[in-house]
Amino acid sequence: MSSPLCTELEEPLTPTSDQTTPHAEGEISRRTFVKAAGLLSAAAATGLPRLAHAEDAQAAAATEPHRIDLTLKINGKDYSLPALDTRTSLLDALREHLDLTGSKKGCDHGQCGACTVLVDGRRVNSCLTLAATVEGAEITTVEGLANGETLSPVQEAFLEHDAFQCGYCTPGQICSATALLDEHKRHDLSAVSFNTGQTATPELTDNEIRERMSGNICRCAAYPNIVAAVRAAAKGARA
Amino acid sequence: MNPFSYERATDSSAAVRAVSAHGAKFLGGGTNLVDLMRDGVENPTKLIDVNHLRLDEVTRLPNGGVRAGAGVRNSDLANHEIIRTHYPLLSQALLNGASPQLRNMATTAGNLMQRTRCYYFMDTAFPACNKREPGSGCAAIQGFNRIHAILGASESCIATNPSDMSVALAALEATVHVEGPGGKRAIPIADFHLLPGSTPHIETSLKPDELITAVELPAPKFAKHSYYLKVRDRQSYAFALVSVAAGLELEGGTIKSAGLALGGVALKPWRSLEAEKALKGAAPTAEAFQKAAKLALDGAKPQKDNAFKIELAKQSIVHALTLAAKGAQA
Repeated sequence: MSSPLCTELEEPLTPTSDQTTPHAEGEISRRTFVKAAGLLSAAAATGLPRLAHAEDAQAAAATEPHRIDLTLKINGKDYSLPALDTRTSLLDALREHLDLTGSKKGCDHGQCGACTVLVDGRRVNSCLTLAATVEGAEITTVEGLANGETLSPVQEAFLEHDAFQCGYCTPGQICSATALLDEHKRHDLSAVSFNTGQTATPELTDNEIRERMSGNICRCAAYPNIVAAVRAAAKGARA
Repeated sequence: MNPFSYERATDSSAAVRAVSAHGAKFLGGGTNLVDLMRDGVENPTKLIDVNHLRLDEVTRLPNGGVRAGAGVRNSDLANHEIIRTHYPLLSQALLNGASPQLRNMATTAGNLMQRTRCYYFMDTAFPACNKREPGSGCAAIQGFNRIHAILGASESCIATNPSDMSVALAALEATVHVEGPGGKRAIPIADFHLLPGSTPHIETSLKPDELITAVELPAPKFAKHSYYLKVRDRQSYAFALVSVAAGLELEGGTIKSAGLALGGVALKPWRSLEAEKALKGAAPTAEAFQKAAKLALDGAKPQKDNAFKIELAKQSIVHALTLAAKGAQA
């Protein structure tokens, strides 16, 4: 295989994110830097060819976007997003356009769960959700879980059980756990339910919690405490 | 990601008309398509959002079967009372795929249409991929091919189909219902996904301007005795190295009929009619299951890094059939 740095691609590469905020040439914002660093570490993880992405990103940004006017209902409030690039994910709409930065961007590929939000009460990966597709839906982010200064039971449980270290995945973990409790309450199954034979009303064992939280990765590996927090929140919900 | 225009279709015929535009694609849950667009593997210039077509119901059919709308989310299908009770094999397969968040987004039709997770296909930095760029070659054949096919592969492509749902659908003899400009038609699941041959970029028998509207299952036979076994590198949230959908219809100590399909081994769900035939009329014993396993892997040809898959698949078949016979999930 030739050196990846010399790889010539037939098609122009496109930016990996839909960042629409322009920066003056030569100016490196913190976000740009963080993004470039992310690309480099992704390249390290998956093999060097991804380096090419960073170099060609600017050239491809020249293509003309399609724009639409959107209104999104987030945490009970209407937000208007005029002339939004159709490529914008729900996650980027929240973070880059509305300053709702609680939802986090980890992988931007639906693999880590840091971006988990609730759409009509269901947990989804906001990084793979195009903003245009959720107009008319009720979106709940981590910012919308507390009632004023009163934390939600899941938020309380995460604090009580020290269910995080760096905290970056925590908003996604908390949104995910919030939906998990609803799913369990209506007797939804998981893959584990079939192995325990509890396919009517599965008990929320630690194995069930682990399986049902598997869409949320924690690089600090705070998993034991996350499981404890979810277990506690589930007990509280039943009480 | 390249720019694209976006529109919501409100009924299936409007969606079919809209998709005839050059570069147009249907958008369901987006869990695979949006991801591939972000990496430049897919480059549609127009997305037709088909999430508002009201194809989201699961209904009983007069023949005792069931019809699942194309837009039913994977999590809803897996947890639907009819599916849980009468087709637990399908529930179990669905719940072994992806994560809760992704299952909440992914649709029945989208799951059928999801594309391979071959690394060389997924990353445009690798120039050779006959799926992405017909005629460019296959980087996987000379590359690291531990996850690749052992059955039905060709010199053009050795990728596998990543779906769990489709493996269960193959064992359950599902039918895919589609609508196009020329009307409606039904495609048996066995004919839906195509083997690579010399045209690996053509992945299904669905025409570009056809819309999947539903999947139908015949009356249930394996409700009491089925098992979906998925073997992977970690316990959850990973694609199958090998998976087995096993269904048995038992009557008086013999197998009246069997359904057996493999995932992770070929570019389509690999149903083994030979194995099913051998099981029919036999007693549900280890010997019968071993014979079926041997038949199912007949003709398997490993790549340089995945010879382990042949034995893994055989043992997985025996294990899945054993658990199915026990009625492990009843």
